[in-house]
Amino acid sequence: MAFLREIQKTSQHFKKQHHQHLTDMPILKAVDVGVAFENGFAIEAISFSLCEGERLAVVGPNGAGKSTLLKVIAGILTPTRGEINIYGQEPGGHICIAYIPQRSQVDWDFPVTVADVVMMGRVGRLGLFRHPKESDWQIVNQALEVVKMQAFAGRQIDQLSGGQQQRMFIARALAQEAELMLMDEPLTGLDVNSQEDIFSIMDELKKQNVTVLVSLHDLKLAAQEFDRVLLLNRKMMGVGKPKEVFSKDNLLEAYGGHLHLLSTEDGLLALGDTCCDGEHE
Amino acid sequence: MMINFITEPLQYAFMVRGLAASIMVGIVCAVVGTYVVLRGMAFFGDALAHAILPGVAVGYLVGGGAREPLFWWALITAVFSSLGIGAISRSTKIKEDTAIGVIFAGMFALGVALISTVRSYTVDLAHFLFGDVLGVRAFDLWLIVIFGGVVLISIIAFYKEFLVLSFDPILATTLRLPVRLFELLLLILIALTIVVSLQTVGVALMVAMLVTPAAAAYLLTRRMPVMMALAALIASFSGVVGLYLSYYLSIASGAAIVLTCTAIFAVVWLVKTLSKFIVSGKNSN
Repeated sequence: MAFLREIQKTSQHFKKQHHQHLTDMPILKAVDVGVAFENGFAIEAISFSLCEGERLAVVGPNGAGKSTLLKVIAGILTPTRGEINIYGQEPGGHICIAYIPQRSQVDWDFPVTVADVVMMGRVGRLGLFRHPKESDWQIVNQALEVVKMQAFAGRQIDQLSGGQQQRMFIARALAQEAELMLMDEPLTGLDVNSQEDIFSIMDELKKQNVTVLVSLHDLKLAAQEFDRVLLLNRKMMGVGKPKEVFSKDNLLEAYGGHLHLLSTEDGLLALGDTCCDGEHE
Repeated sequence: MMINFITEPLQYAFMVRGLAASIMVGIVCAVVGTYVVLRGMAFFGDALAHAILPGVAVGYLVGGGAREPLFWWALITAVFSSLGIGAISRSTKIKEDTAIGVIFAGMFALGVALISTVRSYTVDLAHFLFGDVLGVRAFDLWLIVIFGGVVLISIIAFYKEFLVLSFDPILATTLRLPVRLFELLLLILIALTIVVSLQTVGVALMVAMLVTPAAAAYLLTRRMPVMMALAALIASFSGVVGLYLSYYLSIASGAAIVLTCTAIFAVVWLVKTLSKFIVSGKNSN
């Protein structure tokens, strides 16, 4: 069976056939999604939907299942329970979903340039035995322009700063013509200026009607920069406006003993030890 | 004098054939080896080379020393071993390198056992283990051209897919590429490369041809196509130099080729390390 599916994928890749979009459907709909590994469920009972152009932050402590959720939406993992729908179909046939990896999980010594990496986003559109054409290079250039990285096109990827690395991957997602971008901890380890760059790129993406789903461990940034947040620790504590979701009860449930809540003039301040790299799931 | 030094061995047809074989094998090994190095598959390559020994032995016993059955048996064993290693490491709790170790040692022992039933045991075994490039015949050259050509054409035809798969397998999945099929194809290409190179460097030294030129090239460049070209250049140059060394110094040919590769790698590494040292020394002043 698995082999037949590979053959089918090859022929799809060859003929460049992928799922068509039914535009009256929400871009993403998750119904009671659960993913189990050998030692139990990493996430379970996740239900929410996303409209086109929306921006959602998935927030939760380390090991909460944020990466797992992103990967199951991307169709990299299959849900053990429930289902994911992208424009009304399972994610497996879509090439409009871009998964932007955590920077710590990339081999930065790999012998490729920034332009090479961005061009990789075109491979799904090109199909088998076809080489990039002039128009593909134009798309790569435009993508680099959006993230202000044209000057780095010929640069080796090991010579980029953290913010530049992140912007390169967003350019790759643009070259892929992604309509749903899943960014795994894009802000981790970036300085404030680089974080601001990423947010202004996200604003630009919104104008282009790209839907963005970001995993974050910074509650404050999530509350400031996102209209909607999803609070996750294996189960979903809530989804909606930050004010509603980040209630005292929800936060205590998600972060347990790791969280300290302080009432300040600005409202509720949550302090947690949820830093940062190497979320292994 | 110098010209004599170069042309003298060329009067022997076996030297010309040996040179042709080691240049072609060098190119194929180096190009495939680029992926072996970048994907960290050196141990897999080494194991696969050793694991085809029983196939070689059966081919040898069946054909009574004829080249053709030996080649086909080696080819079949290589393809099945590469798929078998992949399947076992996926389906059990055992870590991949352990699974590879178990299969590789077992197959290798089986190969030695089979060959030891023949009377001229030591000589033949040495040829399989360390290569016998000066014994290459016209038929062998054709096999190298055809199967080496298939490998090179596949690597070029699927260049962008293999690149994505090696750099970012998750991207390959979200682009809905047939990931498993390409993984399988790469294993088969490595298997083909090993069989094609069997007579040049032998089973025991194979991993050096796959890894050393590509590793040296990796130190010299940060572009994939350049890395492949440089690795091919280093490998075929080592093939030629190694054969001349073998001719004039009476060293085993496979060992001479591998030693030349290793020497080039050592020089590149030394120059790179020293230049980094000098640069950082300047910066700190």
